[in-house]
Amino acid sequence: MKLIAAMSGGVDSAVAAARAVEAGHDVIGVHLALAANPQKYRSGARGCCTIEDSHDARRAADVIGIPFYIWDMAEEFHDGVVEDFLAEYAAGRTPNPCLRCNEKIKFAAVLDRARAMGFDGVVTGHYARTEIGVNGKTLHRAVDHSKDQSYVLSVLTIEQIAGAIFPLGDTTKVDIRIEAEKRGLAVAQKPDSHDICFVPSGDNAGWLRDRLGSEVGPIVDQDGTKIGEHKGAYTYTIGQRKGLGLTVPTADGSPRFVLKIEPVTNTVVVGAREELAISIMRGERPVWCGPSVTDQIQQGFVQIRAHGAALPCTYYFDGTLLVATLEEPLLGLATGQAMVIYDGDRVVGSATICETE
Amino acid sequence: MPSIYVDHAATTPMSPAALSAMSDQLQQLGNPSSLHTHGRATRKTLEDAREVIAKTIDCLASEVIFTASGTEANNIALKGLFWNGKKNGKNIVVISSIEHHAILDPAQWLHTHEGAEVIEVPVTSDGVIDLDFLRRLVSDRGSEISVISIMHSNNETGVLQPIQEIVAIAGDIPVHTDAVQSFTKTPLSYKKSGVTALTLSAHKIGGPLGIGALILRRAFEIPALLHGGGQEREIRSGTLNAPSIVAFATAVSDSYDAQKISQLRDGFISGVKRLIPDAYINGEKSDRLPGIVNVTFPGTQSDTLLLLLDSAHVSASTGSACSAGVHEASHVLLSMGHTDETAQSSLRFSFGSTSTQADVDFVLSVLPDVIGKGRAANK
Repeated sequence: MKLIAAMSGGVDSAVAAARAVEAGHDVIGVHLALAANPQKYRSGARGCCTIEDSHDARRAADVIGIPFYIWDMAEEFHDGVVEDFLAEYAAGRTPNPCLRCNEKIKFAAVLDRARAMGFDGVVTGHYARTEIGVNGKTLHRAVDHSKDQSYVLSVLTIEQIAGAIFPLGDTTKVDIRIEAEKRGLAVAQKPDSHDICFVPSGDNAGWLRDRLGSEVGPIVDQDGTKIGEHKGAYTYTIGQRKGLGLTVPTADGSPRFVLKIEPVTNTVVVGAREELAISIMRGERPVWCGPSVTDQIQQGFVQIRAHGAALPCTYYFDGTLLVATLEEPLLGLATGQAMVIYDGDRVVGSATICETE
Repeated sequence: MPSIYVDHAATTPMSPAALSAMSDQLQQLGNPSSLHTHGRATRKTLEDAREVIAKTIDCLASEVIFTASGTEANNIALKGLFWNGKKNGKNIVVISSIEHHAILDPAQWLHTHEGAEVIEVPVTSDGVIDLDFLRRLVSDRGSEISVISIMHSNNETGVLQPIQEIVAIAGDIPVHTDAVQSFTKTPLSYKKSGVTALTLSAHKIGGPLGIGALILRRAFEIPALLHGGGQEREIRSGTLNAPSIVAFATAVSDSYDAQKISQLRDGFISGVKRLIPDAYINGEKSDRLPGIVNVTFPGTQSDTLLLLLDSAHVSASTGSACSAGVHEASHVLLSMGHTDETAQSSLRFSFGSTSTQADVDFVLSVLPDVIGKGRAANK
């Protein structure tokens, strides 16, 4: 096949590209320039937007022996990922930008462009697997569960999965680094990227404050009684306990947790731990990674964080919302997070959590 | 598999004669600044080479200052002439809006670090600088201008600039011209042009990389950027690079068949127009260098086209600068009235001494498919 390998400058995408070449594909390496002004991000090994990273990617492509180009996706990234991230926080939800990037950039803008140019698909260094079976090509967890990235890929449609190649899904990260070393790739020991690539400082709350302002608002208990003040409701997370700055103790001395963020009134609601317990979650804008979910109740697992546990549940689709009922209640679930349904290690689909009870 | 090179304006192959001259000189021992037999032998060869270059560009041998690149020569000229003027209270640097980054960036540096006022002369939609603008500027503020630097021909469009008129307008103001693209490809005389300083580069004419020259009027003093042994008139220090200089002079003597290259270019242009009817040539109405064609392919993105051409074994270019590998909209085309979108849909094809009709035919044979896919990818 003719493939585009998305190369971030990290070890994973470099080995993925090398494996695709070795598998006999005709591969071209592409680094996505995602920061509007990459020169500002001379901070080295974090994220995927620095000039050094693009040099690392170029060098890896040269060592592998494939052509290499840089595609400017800064505008698409800003509109589809950064703006979405801000808008979600401003609305009191907790978004996952990596998932949005896969949905709107890597397997949309890039894959569409690649297909229009006569390529068959996009290779990435994600830790996930695909299988071809009776239901076509399906998405599965990587064998290295600690590195599994199927959660952030759960927004891919069947059509997108058809054009996605994940050569690393059968290997552990440790072995990928060893393999990179053997292949003579200088990025073999490059540290993993982490956090959010467009927040170079790593200070997400500060980054949000700079862009969304830090309007003071009330922290209230469940009765609506004001018991403190906050500086920007969006910097809080559901289930958060520390950093609330509350001086009024509860009657029984038990700690308070963030229960709800109300952006319209700029209010943070706090309460007792048990109030956080969730048994049912509903998600909007579902995407099916294989056969569509129906109104028949199914047994499976739901995962609500990129590296969270898979929780036993039943699920069905009511025609509008994906509904999952947990076997055991869960504490601290924010709207805006993705709920990803698994059938064993197969990704069934995902939706954006909009209601919990 | 064919491998077609149509990026001669970026760099062009070394001529066999230059390669052989360089190889021979690399085997000669002797620092040209040494006074012993070895040194004198190298010095003799080097000064012969200097005279050859001087004769070709029509200047005195003592007016040739060797540098490590055209960029370095531009930096010496622009900064040096500015500092000279600044001593007399002249704080304005005049450049054109279509200069190469090797002038744009030093000018920007002078603004940021030395407080210079930088004024850009705009160009017409045909890519020629606006002489009326320059006339008004010199008449209004001539006493404040330290230097006027306007390129001899543009590296992206090949459009020739009216240097003699510029010099006439400038009067006493020193004029520098970056003639890197023009040298040996179009008639060029330092003496007749009347400029104070002129930049050359070897690798654009069949010489090696890493050697350039600043032609600077005899006895004209400007501050140095590199300080050391004082080798080149105390303006440029550093051991003289005899093998590269000898090869430079050899390349200068190679013939450049402007007529043949113009014919290839014209054949290419008519082919492009036939195959891609809505494509258009930038600066087509102006006098241009023989080897450079800048084409806008509406509805495409140049970086996509370059990838597709490369996959089809054709090496072309946008001719404009990259920022972290991301192609920016060309400041040259924007100055000519392009939008960001059309500027980003443009490619430069440049032909040189080794170009053939077969090269042109091959590029034309892959072009419809490349443009078709490029348009599909841009939707």
